[in-house]
Amino acid sequence: MKEIKIKTKDLILYYGAKMALNSISLDIPEKEVTAFIGPSGCGKSTFLRTLNRMNDLIPNVKITGEVLVDGLNIYDKQIDVVNLRKKVGMVFQKSNPFTKSIFENVAYGPKINGINNRKKLEEIVETSLKKAFIWEEVKDRLHDSAMGLSGGQQQRMCIARALAVEPEIILMDEPASALDPISTAKIEELIFELKKHYTIVIVTHNMQQAARVSDLTAFFYLGELIEFGKTRKIFTTPDKKQTEEYITGRFG
Amino acid sequence: MSRKKAITGGLFVGLTAFSAFLIIAVIIILLVVIIIGGKDTFSWEFLTAFPEDGMMKGGIFPAIYGTALLVVIMSVAAVPFGTITAIYLTEYAHEKSILAQTIRFAVRTLATVPSIIFGLFGLGFFIKFVGSGMDDVFLGGQLKWGQPNILWASLTMALLTLPVVIVSVEEAIRTVPREMREASLALGATKWETIRRIVIPGSRSGIMTGTILAVSRGAGEVAPILFTGAAYYLATLPTSLSDQFMNLGYHIYIMATQSANVDQTLPIQFATTMVLLMLTFILNLTAVIIRSRLRRKAK
Ligand SMILES: Nc1ncnc2c1ncn2[C@@H]1O[C@H](COP(=O)(O)OP(=O)(O)OP(=O)(O)O)[C@@H](O)[C@H]1O
Ligand SMILES: [Mg+2]
Repeated sequence: MKEIKIKTKDLILYYGAKMALNSISLDIPEKEVTAFIGPSGCGKSTFLRTLNRMNDLIPNVKITGEVLVDGLNIYDKQIDVVNLRKKVGMVFQKSNPFTKSIFENVAYGPKINGINNRKKLEEIVETSLKKAFIWEEVKDRLHDSAMGLSGGQQQRMCIARALAVEPEIILMDEPASALDPISTAKIEELIFELKKHYTIVIVTHNMQQAARVSDLTAFFYLGELIEFGKTRKIFTTPDKKQTEEYITGRFG
Repeated sequence: MSRKKAITGGLFVGLTAFSAFLIIAVIIILLVVIIIGGKDTFSWEFLTAFPEDGMMKGGIFPAIYGTALLVVIMSVAAVPFGTITAIYLTEYAHEKSILAQTIRFAVRTLATVPSIIFGLFGLGFFIKFVGSGMDDVFLGGQLKWGQPNILWASLTMALLTLPVVIVSVEEAIRTVPREMREASLALGATKWETIRRIVIPGSRSGIMTGTILAVSRGAGEVAPILFTGAAYYLATLPTSLSDQFMNLGYHIYIMATQSANVDQTLPIQFATTMVLLMLTFILNLTAVIIRSRLRRKAK
């Protein structure tokens, strides 16, 4: 069994008066891919965003319980959110490049971290783009606007951008939902490579995708964690009836 | 349909068409009259020469120069201040906080205050209070800042145009997508870094539009500078912030009301009006173009 990278304990989240997460306790192991599945609105994104405190940005959010990353409660007052987010990177559903060049996009994080040496930045940009398997496609147009890339390329560039700050964990919220099958296959291949070095948490609506890329799967329903375990087991012999019904497409 | 209804319907269509036509007609007549009246006087010489013969002849260069200087100093004051206010309102203040609502109320009110009131305020606040205060403190009561000059006129104008800047920049800031801010924050940027590196660059065209609209407004207004710095006639160009200046709008006003022979200066009045109109028209057109690009981008 691998080490636990993220542990949540009785995590409850309210949007105003509406409960969106009901007492979620879950252990995410290091350097594996954990998938969150469940019908729309069940709280997958909400839960994912509690892991790097992106929900802090939304007014009227109330959170109780604990989220431990490497054993430290990230909702502790002493925790520096900025450092946390450097350690826990995020890739969004809709690719969201900055309206800057490809180079400036990827160099953004390192620059924020105070790296100004041009050579060093070039090095980081190159390795990050290589890790995201997009270097060959963009190496001759690094200084062109990132907006000119295709959707799939943009998404891989966003992954490169996240990698450039050297995170340990990467959260992905439906990273391939807006992409064609070929781009999706590339992203999945990429996830497979990345898990050698990173802990990956991915939200997906695509059952096959969850089955293909993940080691562990968590099934959410109406803000509750219904079942969590090895992907193979969840997809073949789930314990709960709801899980089985969802996976076989009988509801959701 | 009854005949009566058809007639009222027809009348209404006619009425709307007529009012639309009236507006266009007014603009066209206005332009034609000004161009006919000013075209013989308007020349390169007119733009670059000083007035002569008690302003009965010559050019309007000092007025153009003074107007340009006025809007530059005004922009230097209004644009950063307005931008910062807009950033505060959109990024930091809670929508419903008392402070934010007070600021918004103040901005709206500022936008509706008659411009002559700004002129009086400038006289009372900048000249009598700040300026005289500076003279007392720094110059032992010697009169330097406690009188009308281009600095006080520009600052007065800056107050008048501040709402324009704030509203334009706010609008532009709101077009910066949330996804981009989130991307920045998720990379470990602080809120301020996100504002500086993503939000402000993303609002550049809005800041531009605001500046141009403010400049075009500032170039055309006369009332605010009436008591705060505009001069009737100056033989030299202003060289210091404590100098007075000539101004296009004010020039038209005095030529039309104060000159020794109003009829004789008529061509100069028309030509000056032409210059002022062209200036504000070009500025407004540029602002409209930038703004429509911005709106398209926001969609
Ligand atoms: N900012 C918000 N304010 C209020 N309620 C919200 C907010 N964001 C999400 N919710 C609600 O919280 C619940 C969970 O939303 P969430 O986005 O986490 O679901 P999801 O599982 O990611 O759904 P999807 O698969 O459609 O992305 C939903 O009922 C949603 O309406
Ligand atoms: Mg979601």
